[in-house]
Amino acid sequence: MTQISQGRRWLTRDLRGWVLPLAILALWYTVTTWGIANTHILAPPQAVWLEGYQQLASGAFLLDLAASLSRDLAGLLLGGSVGFLLGLLMGVSRWTERLVAPSFNALKQIAIFAWIPLISAWFGMGESGKVVFIALASFYPMVINVFEGVRGVNRDYMEVARVYQFSHWQRLTRVILPAATPQILTGIHLALIYAWLATIGAEYFLKSGYGVGNAMIDGREHFNMGSVLFGVLVVGLIGASINWIASRLEQRLLRWR
Amino acid sequence: MSQPQTPVVAVTTTLLPLPRRRRERATRRRFEVKFAPVITPSALSRLATSPWLRTLYHGLWGLVLPALVLWLWFEAATHEWLPAFILPEPAMVRDTFVDLWVSGELWSNLEISLIRVGWGFVGGTLAGLALGIAMGLSKRVEAYLYPSFKAISQIPALGWIPLLIMLVGIGEAMKILVIAKAALVPVTINTQQSIRNIPRSLLEVAQVYQFTPRQLLSKVVIPATVPGVFNGVRYGLTHAWLALVTVEMLASSEGTGFLMVWGRQLGQLDLVLATIVVIGAVGLLFDVTLQQIENRLARWRRFAF
Repeated sequence: MTQISQGRRWLTRDLRGWVLPLAILALWYTVTTWGIANTHILAPPQAVWLEGYQQLASGAFLLDLAASLSRDLAGLLLGGSVGFLLGLLMGVSRWTERLVAPSFNALKQIAIFAWIPLISAWFGMGESGKVVFIALASFYPMVINVFEGVRGVNRDYMEVARVYQFSHWQRLTRVILPAATPQILTGIHLALIYAWLATIGAEYFLKSGYGVGNAMIDGREHFNMGSVLFGVLVVGLIGASINWIASRLEQRLLRWR
Repeated sequence: MSQPQTPVVAVTTTLLPLPRRRRERATRRRFEVKFAPVITPSALSRLATSPWLRTLYHGLWGLVLPALVLWLWFEAATHEWLPAFILPEPAMVRDTFVDLWVSGELWSNLEISLIRVGWGFVGGTLAGLALGIAMGLSKRVEAYLYPSFKAISQIPALGWIPLLIMLVGIGEAMKILVIAKAALVPVTINTQQSIRNIPRSLLEVAQVYQFTPRQLLSKVVIPATVPGVFNGVRYGLTHAWLALVTVEMLASSEGTGFLMVWGRQLGQLDLVLATIVVIGAVGLLFDVTLQQIENRLARWRRFAF
């Protein structure tokens, strides 16, 4: 019984949420197929479907997706690991914090995309420039969260570690890192989101090679709205899945605690 | 002045590293008082233990890294390690910056950027407040609107730029819409959540006192939600500034972001670096200003209760 009523509640909530998107879709369809709006400016919904089908069938979509995701991952690994180490170091040592934190906070103020012209001059418009930019974007949230997590470790834990005469390595792996896990996971989660944003941005600005962002920019240049809208959908869907995977991972890893 | 008895000990007390705990300081002071008449310039040693000086001392460490980078940069310039289109001389960047400042080019571009951010931020914030209040107060509105809002917010402002260019053209409207969207999302989420998080007890007390809806709003809802909402507004401004830089770099022929891309196209990294400084400074200014307002609001809130 309860399961059924819960299921029904789910259904009603789902349906109410669908009203607005469906109304917009219906309006969009009517306006474009009855010739009220200029289809050169506003493509009909079918165009998106068709574009998606074509891109999937020709394999262009997979090529773009693979290119985007692999550079996203490369940048994330680079920026995330450097950020993790710096955050850890700053958290453990007050001297490192005093040395690095002011510069870090000053650089953090600069809007992330403002680095693109400099990065493109130093690392080129190709793959390395993009990866460096994505790495920079995932670096910031990682440093901040790992630092706060490590700094927030309870003093009592460290005292227990001292009593047991833990070595530095033992203190790190058995006390500091487990205690800081929730914050570190938050850092990874934010780094994932920022890295995906940076991937799209890098593909917009450093136009070379394949990528979901490149396909969108190309679509705009060729006035192919179907392609642009398909790109918007893909960007949103991948962002949402990354978010979902990260939350799931966080839940699972923290349940163990 | 009495005769010097144990000058060695007295000197060491002033040379001791800066103490960490108050207890240490207290013992030190007792120690000093004992030997003070000897030669210890006690005023100086007290200064060395003052928290103000310690903050300054620690703050100076923060300058080490920038100084090192600056020194390396000067060295690289004098030895010509790198060509100017990779790393221009520091003097060149300074001259470009002064040029921008004096010629007014900086101000005219900054003015354009600030007007764009102003419109976009105000529009996005107002829309976000309305949407957040509506979804926070009514479960029904939330059920209808939240999924669509969530879907739209999943796609970053950056993702909307090509589509908006096709729909409304490359003019001001597109830029302001992108900036407004960037500000709208955090304001909406924070407003909705802070309304939802008003403690039940506060509402119950209001019920007991038979507050009118107007009183409920001014005495309970607004004071309880201001900090959360303001936090959202602060994020909104940060996001708006980021969106402005992005949209000006991508699709503009004036403004701070454009200045930067233009410098890159000309191969003038001195212009790029000077603009980066400006962008960082404006971002910092926004953040500090809003933080000040936030502190003031927090104080006001304490008086309200």
